[in-house]
Amino acid sequence: MVTRGTVTINVEQCKGCDLCIAACRPGVLAMSTDVNGNGYRFPLLSPGCTACRACRDVCPDYCFEVFKFDTPVEDDAGAA
Amino acid sequence: MNDSQSLLPPNRKVATALAPLQLSGEHHLCPGCGHPVAWRLLLEAISELHLENKAIGVVGHGCYTNIVQLADIDFLQCLHGRAPAVATGVKRVHPDAAVFTLQGDGDVASEGLAEILHTAARGERITAIMLNNGVFGDTGGQMTAASVVGQRTKTSLDGREPEAHGYPVPVADLIASLPGAAYVARGAVHNAGSIAKTKRYVKKAFEIAAQGDGFTFVEVLTMCPTGWFLPTADGPDYLEGTFEKTFPLGVLKGG
Repeated sequence: MVTRGTVTINVEQCKGCDLCIAACRPGVLAMSTDVNGNGYRFPLLSPGCTACRACRDVCPDYCFEVFKFDTPVEDDAGAA
Repeated sequence: MNDSQSLLPPNRKVATALAPLQLSGEHHLCPGCGHPVAWRLLLEAISELHLENKAIGVVGHGCYTNIVQLADIDFLQCLHGRAPAVATGVKRVHPDAAVFTLQGDGDVASEGLAEILHTAARGERITAIMLNNGVFGDTGGQMTAASVVGQRTKTSLDGREPEAHGYPVPVADLIASLPGAAYVARGAVHNAGSIAKTKRYVKKAFEIAAQGDGFTFVEVLTMCPTGWFLPTADGPDYLEGTFEKTFPLGVLKGG
């Protein structure tokens, strides 16, 4: 699995709308089973992020910051 | 560099959560709402055009009005639907300012259709932005003049029926037919590609208004899953299947 970047997720600000899940092109975001302090499920990142910014662009609650690795990594270091 | 950063390979930040002029990411809008996405692209456009110190926003009434608490630019709020008329006054007093309005479809199509059409007909050098989700979200989700045929709202529970409720008003098309309008475009915020295009439309509108070519208008289709009685994840597909069919995306005039 090649991971080209990663995202930070402001879990407490998330309202669990799921929009980032469908927007994620490599399909490496999935909703949690836990909930945050407001009772909302939130996205979790698996390895394989391409730093394409789609999750950040569609998020109505400004939860994502996106980071691109200088060189892609082959392990699971992309998982936040 | 915080603790989580030190665990990562060398990297660079390619996207921040907030737009440059945004003071906070906390707002009271519902899950899955499209308005905050439109706010961010608007603020990014203003920042990228270096209009921070020239921009004056005029807002109507709606959920989107929450932007005045989040954005580090000057705003004033006016009567429901009257933002283009107030913006006309602001622009004439401050001709060098980048005056823009931010309104919803209830504000524009239902409450203030006369104001926006006359402002466009006069060719006022302002940029008007209409966030169109087909409901009066702020007051509980009533049908607006821009609700699409078949759309369920609190006041059209069985769906909008043309026989009883008439047809939606295509505001952008009306404005595009007026000689005073220099640029008219319609975008959406239901996926990353549309968001990028819509930001280009907004930037173009500000540029053309600054050149003094005339009135500029950008309609932005946004999701309101609460008002549409839908799960949040279904909002983008509903927008694409209904709103986009009624209100096709693209540049309608100018540019």
